Amino acid sequence: MREAMEFDVVIVGAGPAGLSAACRLMQLANEQGRPLEVCVVEKGSEVGAHILSGAVFESRALEELFPDWRERGAPLHTPVSADEVYLLKDAERALKLPDALLPKSLHNAGNHIVSLGNLVRWLGEQAEALGVQVFPGFAVAEVLHDENGRVKGVVTGDMGVAADGSHKDGFMPGMELHARYTLFAEGCRGHLGKQLVERFGLAGDTDPQHYGLGIKELWDIEPSRHRPGLVIHGAGWPLDKDSGGGFFLYHAENHQVVVGLIVDLNYANPWLSPFDEFQRLKHHPVLKQYLEGGKRVSYGARAIAKGGFNALPEMAFPGGLLLGCDAGTLNVAKIKGSHTAMKSGLLAAETVFAALLEELPDSAWAPRWKAAFEASWLHEELYRSRNFGPALHRLGPLAGGAFNVVEQNVFAGRLPFTLHDREADHARLRPAAECPPIVYPKPDGVLGFDRLGSVFLSNTNHEEDQPCHLRLADPAIPIGRNLPLYAEPAQRYCPAGVYEVLEEEQGGPRLQINAQNCLHCKTCDIKDPAQNIVWTTPEGGGGPNYPNM
Amino acid sequence: MKVLVTVKRVIDYNVKVRVKPDQSDVDLANVKMAMNPFCEIAVEAAVRLKEAGLASEIVAVSVGPAACQEQLRTALALGADRGIQIDSGEAPDPLGVAKLLAAVVAAEKPDLVILGKQSIDGDNNQTGQMLAALLDWPQATFASALALEAGRLRVTREIDGGLQSLELNLPAIVTTDLRLNEPRYASLPNIMKAKKKPLEVKSPVELGVTLKAHTRLLKVEAPAERQGGIKVGSVSELVEKLKSEAKVI
Repeated sequence: MREAMEFDVVIVGAGPAGLSAACRLMQLANEQGRPLEVCVVEKGSEVGAHILSGAVFESRALEELFPDWRERGAPLHTPVSADEVYLLKDAERALKLPDALLPKSLHNAGNHIVSLGNLVRWLGEQAEALGVQVFPGFAVAEVLHDENGRVKGVVTGDMGVAADGSHKDGFMPGMELHARYTLFAEGCRGHLGKQLVERFGLAGDTDPQHYGLGIKELWDIEPSRHRPGLVIHGAGWPLDKDSGGGFFLYHAENHQVVVGLIVDLNYANPWLSPFDEFQRLKHHPVLKQYLEGGKRVSYGARAIAKGGFNALPEMAFPGGLLLGCDAGTLNVAKIKGSHTAMKSGLLAAETVFAALLEELPDSAWAPRWKAAFEASWLHEELYRSRNFGPALHRLGPLAGGAFNVVEQNVFAGRLPFTLHDREADHARLRPAAECPPIVYPKPDGVLGFDRLGSVFLSNTNHEEDQPCHLRLADPAIPIGRNLPLYAEPAQRYCPAGVYEVLEEEQGGPRLQINAQNCLHCKTCDIKDPAQNIVWTTPEGGGGPNYPNM
Repeated sequence: MKVLVTVKRVIDYNVKVRVKPDQSDVDLANVKMAMNPFCEIAVEAAVRLKEAGLASEIVAVSVGPAACQEQLRTALALGADRGIQIDSGEAPDPLGVAKLLAAVVAAEKPDLVILGKQSIDGDNNQTGQMLAALLDWPQATFASALALEAGRLRVTREIDGGLQSLELNLPAIVTTDLRLNEPRYASLPNIMKAKKKPLEVKSPVELGVTLKAHTRLLKVEAPAERQGGIKVGSVSELVEKLKSEAKVI
């Protein structure tokens, strides 16, 4: 028998969206002198441990939440000092794009280069100081529904279960967390969010969600090469013209730069390996000029939801809301999702708090949420950037890019039509036999590295003796279908080397899942052509321990 | 019977330790910190004594800056009754810690002090022994089993040649080894309750201890990168390489 605890609001995920919602709820409760029990459950070992983002941060939502964020010591230390955008033509050449040719949404004056992980750690401290119960180290395994199907809370995962399902010495059963409202802020492709979208039909007739896989490293560089506040974006090489994506290199504080590549997960060639594309990207002179002589200190990866407005599901369901990237509020025209995620949390807090005060039924609360969302700058921003991603996908980087410049700079996103992108990312994969294999250079150990050495720097770990959290709906598909048809792409799209096809002397090939290496990026759940891999939460506290990411 | 357990905040064992670029120390900025695993075992041992009805109160003590209250709260969530943070600033060296703990022992008068055998950051393995010397109490280090019978403590120790069994009079000092127990998880209700348990902050001055640095950190260097291995074709080639290249035979 599981124990239960009662709260007013339970929030799943201590990221920008979840913590903003939690802070705002307590601010409102404290202002009105109303007792409120709010809890945030986080699967990472501590708040911030699983947070990974570029990140250039727009402070608009933070200003609304904490107008005195400077006095409170929010870690926004590096204002953007310059923006550069490059089109990499090949391994050596690059075209630096003049400002006039860039969509306005890519101008970053006034923004800051931050470690989102550290910003979230700070938000966690603010939340606790306001009276929020923050519980890191607990994964939420299930959603609870009442007899009418309304969400009435969640269940945390059992701890101390052995790989064979038996209970170990320290076994601790999961706990039911009941709430009047449950907010899901798991980040992109949350495993519960996915279930809720399906159960309540939240996607309706929206476009399928589109994703990118972001891979990021943190480097200590030579002080003479460091230009604090410089923001570099670019596209082109090493991705071919059929594969979308782009790179970033930001000069942060303390002689550090962050460098990363986002590969759109609608790529067609199953031989493509986002990890290896990133490793070779760093050899391009535009990046190498800063990295050379430096030392890589951290590594991580995370999928992002980039479908934007056209793919945004209904966020409200009976008993709660999907927030931030769990719904898909990232603004792809700005390549930013943190301020929009935070804003979704603020709006959620305000409507939920009002609903608690007035004891509104869902039938009255949900329309209020919708009205508040549609009246917000969040909705406006997402609406105006709705064509940005589809234009790139449908018209290609050049024509699509030109369209975006005109649409964003001349019409400010107000053109009277909407471009759609109706094919799911996983469905775009083509058979391996129809695609040219890609030969990646061997890592030199200086600028480029191998997977395992990289995963080591993410500090990821999972208790070894536990059930595998990467479940195969049909265990026969990887070898029976994916291998012959697509050369099992999981071996290549996973940035952590979790999936390996091993040739056994007897019995032929076998798929090995090294779940301990998992970075919780969710790419396998997204890109498997058979949609056969289901990412579930491992024992709480497992996964990466990113510092300063 | 009152039990005192010590708890140290250290870099999490999952984290790859990184040296600061200026080699002045290990980089701890925004790095995940946790309770020293041997201290977790010490807390678990104390909680089991209490659950068995042998201990009446468990006091958890930590020496360090305010941040180590987080680890004290963990100890409270695991079953300790109250916490004491000795606000020493950055962690003093083992003798300083032992002196501070001796002063706490003088005030609290526990019957048993359980410490981790060492912390995974400094790996000094000194504090327990120094505390025993300062108090002139019997000590059993590297405990892999612990039992309390008729007011006497039976401890099994892991030593190089095997296992050693000791019997001690109380009050006594025990330091824990890895196999003493498997610590439990803190449950959500216990974490919430822990926030309301008493936690006192004391300064070294209040305890009458003047801290003195006995060691000075000159420089921290990362170990040399390991070279990749090679495959040799024959035993004679192996012997040749061990002689001429590795120069170990």
